[in-house]
Amino acid sequence: MKTKYDNEMNLEILSKSCNEAFARITVAAFASGLDPTIEEISDIKTAVSEAVTNSIIHGYENNEGIIKINCKIDKRKIIIEISDTGKGIENIDIAKEPLYTTKPELERSGMGFTIMESFMDELKIESILGLGTKVTMTKTIKENTLG
Amino acid sequence: MNINYDKESKLLKFEITEEIDHCKVEKIKRRVDNEIERYVPQNIIFDFDKVSFMDSAGIGMLIREI
Ligand SMILES: Nc1ncnc2c1ncn2[C@@H]1O[C@H](COP(=O)(O)OP(=O)(O)OP(=O)(O)O)[C@@H](O)[C@H]1O
Ligand SMILES: [Mg+2]
Repeated sequence: MKTKYDNEMNLEILSKSCNEAFARITVAAFASGLDPTIEEISDIKTAVSEAVTNSIIHGYENNEGIIKINCKIDKRKIIIEISDTGKGIENIDIAKEPLYTTKPELERSGMGFTIMESFMDELKIESILGLGTKVTMTKTIKENTLG
Repeated sequence: MNINYDKESKLLKFEITEEIDHCKVEKIKRRVDNEIERYVPQNIIFDFDKVSFMDSAGIGMLIREI
């Protein structure tokens, strides 16, 4: 694998909810090379968990599918891409609003995108109806000043 | 999850010890519902002290239980 980044990894998982823990722990382990704080790690884990859950319950609506996770490190920045080839999002601006959910019957709180946005530095959502959704999140890990 | 019921005060306490995500939340909910039905408590305490990870699935569970 050729890359212009300092480090890169790819992970493909089946859309099963019990793979969520595996996905977030793997990304956290990959990020640990940047020497993040416990809080930064927990922000990343939560954001990954939200994106993977969305692909499982909204993208694939609990049917079988593949979720791709690509992580790159560029200096102090981690770039995480999570994508599915599920049903896609009709209106991204509305989907991003806090408390907006298309699945209230499943006791969803509609906070997933809000959590990703507030725990990471940047959140980009790309989606095409019927083709799938890709979420890109970045976070710069602060230099550990205690050295 | 540790469950403790005090008969005298009719207090049911759930001490959650697992990570609360979309995968675990179903199991937790089922046990919570069962125990509430069984004891019909007057007061319920959820203790999240030992929870090391929680995402929006946990928020959804809390909203529902309240
Ligand atoms: N990967 C995806 N594929 C299709 N639709 C999606 C995807 N991710 C999000 N959505 C849509 O965007 C809405 C908002 O997502 P968000 O994660 O903010 O809330 P939620 O998943 O409904 O609830 P919560 O995350 O709090 O459990 C969803 O209800 C769904 O309609
Ligand atoms: Mg969500």
